Amino acid sequence: MNEQHSSRMLLRRGFLQLALGAVAALMWMPVSALAALWNKAAFEATTQPEAVKGLQVQGEIPSREIDIVAPDFAENGAVVQVEVKSRIPGTEAIAILVEKNPTPLIANFMFGDGAQPSVVTRIKMAETSNVQVIVKAGDRYYTAAKMVEVSLSGC
Amino acid sequence: MRDMKMRAQLRAGMTEVKALISHPMETGRRKNSLDETVPAHFIQLVTATLNGRTVLEAQWGTGISKNPYLTFYLSDAKAGDKVVITWHDNNGETGAGEIVVTAA
Repeated sequence: MNEQHSSRMLLRRGFLQLALGAVAALMWMPVSALAALWNKAAFEATTQPEAVKGLQVQGEIPSREIDIVAPDFAENGAVVQVEVKSRIPGTEAIAILVEKNPTPLIANFMFGDGAQPSVVTRIKMAETSNVQVIVKAGDRYYTAAKMVEVSLSGC
Repeated sequence: MRDMKMRAQLRAGMTEVKALISHPMETGRRKNSLDETVPAHFIQLVTATLNGRTVLEAQWGTGISKNPYLTFYLSDAKAGDKVVITWHDNNGETGAGEIVVTAA
């Protein structure tokens, strides 16, 4: 009984140390380690196919289950509001790309339990271009696009 | 730390979280009035938690507009729950904001 108790204590202590260690590691995590989480290859890609490759997207299928709400004409390319919603079951991530931007990948959103696969954000557009969305659901990828005409470049 | 404006409103079972982050989001391609290139300075990682549990993680590039705006939706948040948003940029700067969910 005693032995069991002490071993449980040890286990608990071990877990606590682990948890504290994890917190400390996060606090002391150097910028380079945080930067390592960022998909440099995809975000620094200068063409849309390269960016898609950087995201390790393969065989994306066009889908009508992705809603993209963006203006047909954007006066100012510096601020274009885009709303994306996926109705694809099991959606885990939504990536937004602007085909003709100098670096096409804008953002990649990953959803946890309790978050709806939907975001609204504001993006920069260099010129008239397709805004492409890629949805990840399990190991499958789906895509949709919307053309936005831009009067004043925002890059 | 920089300013962040947040709102989390529960309506018909769905919580809408809105955030407006104060950040220059420099692409590294813009020239200032002296024709000097302004170095890239942009948010790369954004994390949102609900009562400490991660609900959204985002990676951003330079294509997110200056003073980033973000809306997302939570299906299992209750009034009184806490939503925290944290960001990290390419210069190692960080910022955070928190808000309590209120019923609309």
